[in-house]
Amino acid sequence: MPANLDSYLGVHAAALQVRSRRTELLATNLANADTPGYQARDIDFRKALAHAATQSPSAVTMQATHAGHLQTAKATEADADLLYRTPLAPSIDGNTVDVQLEQAAFAENAVRYQATLSFLSSKFRGLMTAITGQ
Amino acid sequence: MSSFKIFDIAGSGMSAQSVRLNTTASNLANADSVSGDPSKVYRARHPLFAAIKAGMGPDQSAAAVRVLGITENQAPATARYEPGNPLADAEGNVYAPNVNVVEEMVDMISASRAYQNNVEVMNTSKEMLLATLKLGQ
Repeated sequence: MPANLDSYLGVHAAALQVRSRRTELLATNLANADTPGYQARDIDFRKALAHAATQSPSAVTMQATHAGHLQTAKATEADADLLYRTPLAPSIDGNTVDVQLEQAAFAENAVRYQATLSFLSSKFRGLMTAITGQ
Repeated sequence: MSSFKIFDIAGSGMSAQSVRLNTTASNLANADSVSGDPSKVYRARHPLFAAIKAGMGPDQSAAAVRVLGITENQAPATARYEPGNPLADAEGNVYAPNVNVVEEMVDMISASRAYQNNVEVMNTSKEMLLATLKLGQ
């Protein structure tokens, strides 16, 4: 039995964070489907997960509340796995959102998010069984 | 919690698309509003969208939509010879708005599909958040 809860939950806690961030990005892409010049973004899930899993969750970071504030190391690292989508058929107004592709990615991400949730749920159930012994 | 940003983003998308639907409705309703003066005739209106950053945090990846303003189509009004029309000018011409009805219909379909997309995003995110709240039960 591992000593702390973070290592007991394994990769799933970090995976949930990355999934939630990806949901946000895909929602942004779909909301800006008709914005001229908007470039669709997505994350490299493998890199983002590796990054989220290695960093300490208790690490304190500096909050940038003004455009002139310097970005701390963590913030620039978080943007490193943030990529631009390569458009299959770029439109004349410079928008690179492919609605069908984004919808598919959003649905896939939602299902995987639910899967991660059920993994976490069963981890907690296992813990509860161990505690109550029933 | 960052997931609540999705509601702002999808909400801004819905609001922007409804502005677009409003302009389309206005353009279609006024497609036949003729005038005797070419400078006073109705002009087709279209919203201008722009992406704005959501929040001030270190992660600047999420962006909402903002309607920058409404532009009026500057294409000249089409003159029609209708001497019987009470609005006709001295030469018997009336001026029809520069609204392209086919273009407006296509725009309407596009706006309504985009609106539905944003509603779907919001519904799915809501379900995901509720499932997260029920974690461990």
